[in-house]
Amino acid sequence: MSELAVRVEGLGKEYRLGGPRERYTTLRDQLNKLASAPLKALLGRRKRSEQNPPFWALKDVSFEVRPGEVVGIIGRNGAGKSTLLKILSRITEPTEGEVDVHGRVGSLLEVGTGFHPELTGRENVYLNGAILGMRRAEIARKFDEIVAFAEVEKFIDTPVKHYSSGMYMRLAFAVAAHLEPEILIVDEVLAVGDAQFQKRCLGKMGDVAKGGRTVVFVSHQLGMIETLCKNAICLVQGRVHQFGPVGDIVRDYLTNSSQISSDVDILQLFRTGNGKVRLTDFWIEDDLGLQATSVSSGSRVVLAFRYDRSDRSSNHISLGFSLHTATEQTVALVYSDYQGVTFDNLPSSGVLRFTIPSLALSYGTYFVGVRILVSGVEADWPRGFVGRIDVEAGDYYGVGQPFHSGIGPVLLDGEWQAATEDTVVPQRGRGHR
Amino acid sequence: MATIDILPARQTQAPSDVTRIRPSRGWRVIDLREVWRNRELLWFLTLRDIKLRYKQTALGVSWAVLQPLFTMGVFTVFFGGLAKMPSDGKPYALFVLAALLPWQLFAYALTQSSNSLVAEQRLITKVYFPRLIVPIASVLSGLVDFLVALCLMVGMMAAGPVFGWFTVKPTAAVLAIPIFTLFAVLTALAVGLWLSALNVQYRDVRYTIPFLTQFWMFLTPVAYAASLVPPKYRLLYGLNPMAGVVEGFRWALLDTDAPDWAMMAVSAGVVLVLLAGGLFYFRRMERTFADVA
Repeated sequence: MSELAVRVEGLGKEYRLGGPRERYTTLRDQLNKLASAPLKALLGRRKRSEQNPPFWALKDVSFEVRPGEVVGIIGRNGAGKSTLLKILSRITEPTEGEVDVHGRVGSLLEVGTGFHPELTGRENVYLNGAILGMRRAEIARKFDEIVAFAEVEKFIDTPVKHYSSGMYMRLAFAVAAHLEPEILIVDEVLAVGDAQFQKRCLGKMGDVAKGGRTVVFVSHQLGMIETLCKNAICLVQGRVHQFGPVGDIVRDYLTNSSQISSDVDILQLFRTGNGKVRLTDFWIEDDLGLQATSVSSGSRVVLAFRYDRSDRSSNHISLGFSLHTATEQTVALVYSDYQGVTFDNLPSSGVLRFTIPSLALSYGTYFVGVRILVSGVEADWPRGFVGRIDVEAGDYYGVGQPFHSGIGPVLLDGEWQAATEDTVVPQRGRGHR
Repeated sequence: MATIDILPARQTQAPSDVTRIRPSRGWRVIDLREVWRNRELLWFLTLRDIKLRYKQTALGVSWAVLQPLFTMGVFTVFFGGLAKMPSDGKPYALFVLAALLPWQLFAYALTQSSNSLVAEQRLITKVYFPRLIVPIASVLSGLVDFLVALCLMVGMMAAGPVFGWFTVKPTAAVLAIPIFTLFAVLTALAVGLWLSALNVQYRDVRYTIPFLTQFWMFLTPVAYAASLVPPKYRLLYGLNPMAGVVEGFRWALLDTDAPDWAMMAVSAGVVLVLLAGGLFYFRRMERTFADVA
């Protein structure tokens, strides 16, 4: 038995800005280039100077995983977690560095990869199993167990398009859960199904971990990472920020997460979208109209988004923003078109302001994500937070003193009434008493 | 354990159970053994394509019969009946059908394999397996239609004498059919490898494929006889491997003149070069499929 299960050394992955997903160009562009550099253009070897600046999704990543160890990977959106898993599972090649993987690898970056709605449950189990790397004999041997785990015995010969989404996910997960590689690579797949099923999946994952299997997995759910892992890796902007016992890493992540993204250079963020309108700056303004670093609950707050519009004809612009807690739970998601507001004929650069008359967030730190749509098509989506809002306890309820429980991110205003029993408004439906 | 530690394993070649992941540069040989190890996946993907082919169609597998039948009918009426194209002395309908068998297999396999990687981008971005399996599976899935159409051909040949239309006696050359079929499949795969990899990067490819197959069909003796081509251009004609395949099918099924073997040699050379080049090009582009798809 080898000393190590996974050895990662100096790993780096470079993408061209503008988004890896949008790099396919039209043949016409390339034919133009063909005139000047015949072979190079077709083989994708362009001069560096002609290209957009490189973006390193991962850089200098090194770590080691011992056999039987369960390692969690945490980090913000865009920190490189998924890229790392994709390299470990050989979906994409690194740009530099190397990885040694000792033993058979199974990767679960998605549940139900290759499931086809027209095929029956049985056919999908075999197809999906084969895609995940199981032998046919192995699938046949575990077939009954998989079906029982998913609780879909009666429907196993029905096309899965007739399944409820719950059944579909259960079957998909059941196949994955019966994969028995020596090294398992998992990306956030447990966040599916109902709570009860999630619990069973967790149990299964726990068994996998106890069974001496090596597991590398990514999750936003820090609680899950703490339960399952002994060690964790925290990635920040593609680099290993910390690697060590899970407790320390999680604690550090929570306390430092605010510092990490305090002064974000929005222009440097990795982003996707067609670029017709881009976010160039973000800040908040307090009730006096001054740029602020912190605001208080219940006060008037303005979120200001500076944009650049490169495309003259861009109309129907909708700006959306989201607010997240330090543990990356989404508190709110608002697009201007939710309120029926889209912007036409905007100046080529300017500021869009969103005024919150009374901030209904409790004491804490919140992070802001932004996405801009032009006529419903993504124009700009910086992957990563563009800013943060520090909320101090404030007099949200208008009672003359700051409210300071700090439990739960959302504050709710409303009216209370007391009444005697017989003036209670009858409840709808049954089961009142 | 301790002794293992001392071994300078890291500097030398990785042990056999170790997968080493590192950037690959330049042109590399594709790992065909890995494809072989994943043959069960190849089988399941082929099976899936076959099963899905006629799902949700009213006529189902009948399409595999109707397509060549109708094409044959149209060709027979216009080219055979009205234009009076020579058909090497054979009934024109059979003459065309014998050519449509490999041609439709080829056209289907070429189209499917060229679009295969783009169609499977979900798979490609979420799980690793030798990417070569994807175009191969889509080429293989065309064989079912081919076999059904072959039955149609056999049926027609058997029905001819019964109704007194014509008599075509098969010869031992029938045994060559699997070889010519393989030839057609390899030609489709060779071109499909290039186009599928190109298609990932340049979606223009998808739109050029219908033109390509149409154009290619006119360059192939499907509606006419290869004997129309003057002998001095025969070798040049061999640059189109499908010309030899179609002639081979006619020879095997209808006992027309045997194909020009020098021309076949040229075709075989073309296929080998395209296939080898395609494998290298595919391997080279493979590493960016997941990033670009």
